[in-house]
Amino acid sequence: MALKSTPVVFGLMTRLSRRSFSTSKALASKPMTVRDALNQALDEEMARDERVFLLGEEVAQYDGAYKVSRGLWKKYGDKRVIDTPITEAGFAGIAVGAAFAGLRPICEFMTFNFSMQAIDHVINSAAKTFYMSAGTVPVPIVFRGPNGAASGVAAQHSQCFGAWYSHCPGLKVLMPYSSEDAKGLLKAAIRDPDPVVVLEDEIMYGVQFPMSDEALSNDFVIPIGKAKIERPGQHITLVCAGKATDTALQAANELAGNGIECEVINLRSLRPLDFETIAQSVAKTHHLVTVEQGWPQSGIGAEICARVMESPAFFELDAPAWRVTGADVPMPYARGLEALALPRPADVAAAARAVLGNRISQAAQQ
Amino acid sequence: MSKLIPNAAKFFAGSTITKTAAPVVTTSTSKYSTKSEATFEIKPYKLHKLEKGPATSATLTSEDALKIYEKLAVLRRIETASGNLYKEKIIRGFCHLYSGQEAVAVGMRAAMRDVDTVITAYRCHGWTHLMGVSVLGVLSELTGRRTGCSRGKGGSMHLYGRNFYGGNGIVGAQAPLGAGVALAHKYRGDGGVTFTLYGDGAANQGQLFEAYNMAKLWDLPCVFVCENNGYGMGTSVDRSSASTDYYSRGDYVPGIWVDGMDVIATREATRYAIDYCTSGKGPLVMEMETYRYSGHSMSDPGTSYRTRDEVQEVRQTRDPITSFKEKIISRELVTPDQLKEIDTKVRKEVDEATKQAKTEPEVGTEELSGDVYYNNLEPYIRGLHPDAPLQHCEVVARN
Repeated sequence: MALKSTPVVFGLMTRLSRRSFSTSKALASKPMTVRDALNQALDEEMARDERVFLLGEEVAQYDGAYKVSRGLWKKYGDKRVIDTPITEAGFAGIAVGAAFAGLRPICEFMTFNFSMQAIDHVINSAAKTFYMSAGTVPVPIVFRGPNGAASGVAAQHSQCFGAWYSHCPGLKVLMPYSSEDAKGLLKAAIRDPDPVVVLEDEIMYGVQFPMSDEALSNDFVIPIGKAKIERPGQHITLVCAGKATDTALQAANELAGNGIECEVINLRSLRPLDFETIAQSVAKTHHLVTVEQGWPQSGIGAEICARVMESPAFFELDAPAWRVTGADVPMPYARGLEALALPRPADVAAAARAVLGNRISQAAQQ
Repeated sequence: MSKLIPNAAKFFAGSTITKTAAPVVTTSTSKYSTKSEATFEIKPYKLHKLEKGPATSATLTSEDALKIYEKLAVLRRIETASGNLYKEKIIRGFCHLYSGQEAVAVGMRAAMRDVDTVITAYRCHGWTHLMGVSVLGVLSELTGRRTGCSRGKGGSMHLYGRNFYGGNGIVGAQAPLGAGVALAHKYRGDGGVTFTLYGDGAANQGQLFEAYNMAKLWDLPCVFVCENNGYGMGTSVDRSSASTDYYSRGDYVPGIWVDGMDVIATREATRYAIDYCTSGKGPLVMEMETYRYSGHSMSDPGTSYRTRDEVQEVRQTRDPITSFKEKIISRELVTPDQLKEIDTKVRKEVDEATKQAKTEPEVGTEELSGDVYYNNLEPYIRGLHPDAPLQHCEVVARN
């Protein structure tokens, strides 16, 4: 058994390591909501490439069900911002067909819950065609929209598709957290020649984040497949994506008060998964907790744990890795129950403490 | 006698036709016909929400007749070869033959322009060839070899070519995809029309009606072509469809019923459809009534839900190739010899391609992980276990 960690002396760390909650280098910049960042990405990419167009339910005259496409119809007109009827299989198929023929559609699902009506076109039509055609039919399309649990909308409207879509080769799957993520990842997705699923989060749409000058530029693109270390730390690695990043950062903040320094890795991209960054972090912290809103079985955390098991990173662990996930139940409606079905900062903090307390050396002594 | 055209043949065979009654006899020593064109009557179209349909008679030149015959013959031959390869267990998995339905694709293709596009279902071998893929490209895809048009990675249902977007294994999925290709025509303003083909089985899929709706809302230049061959797998149209008037099932989308066994009819209807769609009127539904001789796929003998007599009767009375052959010979556009020459040439071409399709190797194992992505970003593609990583490779050149 390889135990490479130095025992953490929690007490000494207290207070010294307390740090403020920050996610960006450019704190001085003007804050921007995730919604506006997405809107800016759409606007810039439509201006940049005539082949790019947006279609979906209520994207044009209504300005977007969640106002992500606000103003774009007025600016680009009926040809490039297309309101569809409520007919997901149909319009997703139409979008994929247009991509076959060389356009660059952005297919908005009002929420990803409705993408299940169209999942055949995401998987069978979009993801597999380039391979099936031996590279002769590229499918440059973006499927985007809010994913995962909103608030008080119950089981059919509160589901994370991260595990579902990232299961499938041929797709790239992104999950932005901040405004910079949202803009840089969506722009990268639109420019990418492969089908990309961008899983946004309704609850994050209205949240403001600072935007660096770089992120405000027309050329700001975040590379697909690279995670971001939102917060460095040496005691435990928290791997998360999307809104779960917020949960993990809050937990890290809380734990810092107890002298536990978390390294928070915002995956940004679920497929490709930047395992290199995770492994490097685990080599430093020797402890791992994954945080996601989706269900546990066959989830993102399960994938990360499996990859750790299969790699030398396993030997870096001083304790079993844990997953913090959504509860393994359909989402209930009642406020109290709903709160119990999704990970909160306290749940992550408790898991981190348990993992740190479960160190194998201690377990062996018992 | 074989080198004589039919009327002359009758004459020499002791027919009572006199010389004067058979002026054609003057060319009796020629291999080639003298008539350069002939006009044919077409079985009346049925129209839905259209005042005027396609022309009910059409002129065919001798040259057209020969070209069309050759295409019909090559499609039939490809399927015969495919059936044999399947029985030899060289073609794996599914294999859906088009025999009996050739007049639909050949007539349509004859009317199509270079800019037009096609997407169809899994009964796609013939269409793929008509859209420009060689016989070898089709057959060696079916045998899974490197000369296949999808390098053996697609198989019989996933064939592609220029302006040809498959080959789709999911019943009905091609309907909105085709509408999307049509959207691209309109978006670019290139004047192209998309032909989206589906069977009577897929005609009941919900997404077809979704595609009709948006195609009409947005006036997409899309022709929805229902190849009604009578059976969705083993379920006859009467047992699957509350209305079997497929040409009218677009409701607000105008439609035409076409005799899909008559290649002249399918060509004329397609010309009409192109005119209709390029004039900005939006989509059209065309029902092509046809018949498939084989079972749904090679694993279906095709006899439990229909009788052998039924198949035989269609073969004898409505076969698209025999009936076309009789028409063009009797109207002296071609001679039997010319057609025999074509038959021989086609047989040779398909036989050679079949032989090569059996002997070509499969692509190298490195292509297992080839072209999963246009722009791969994974450091490696996972193989079967952690110690067997695969390298992604770009087999086709990227722009």
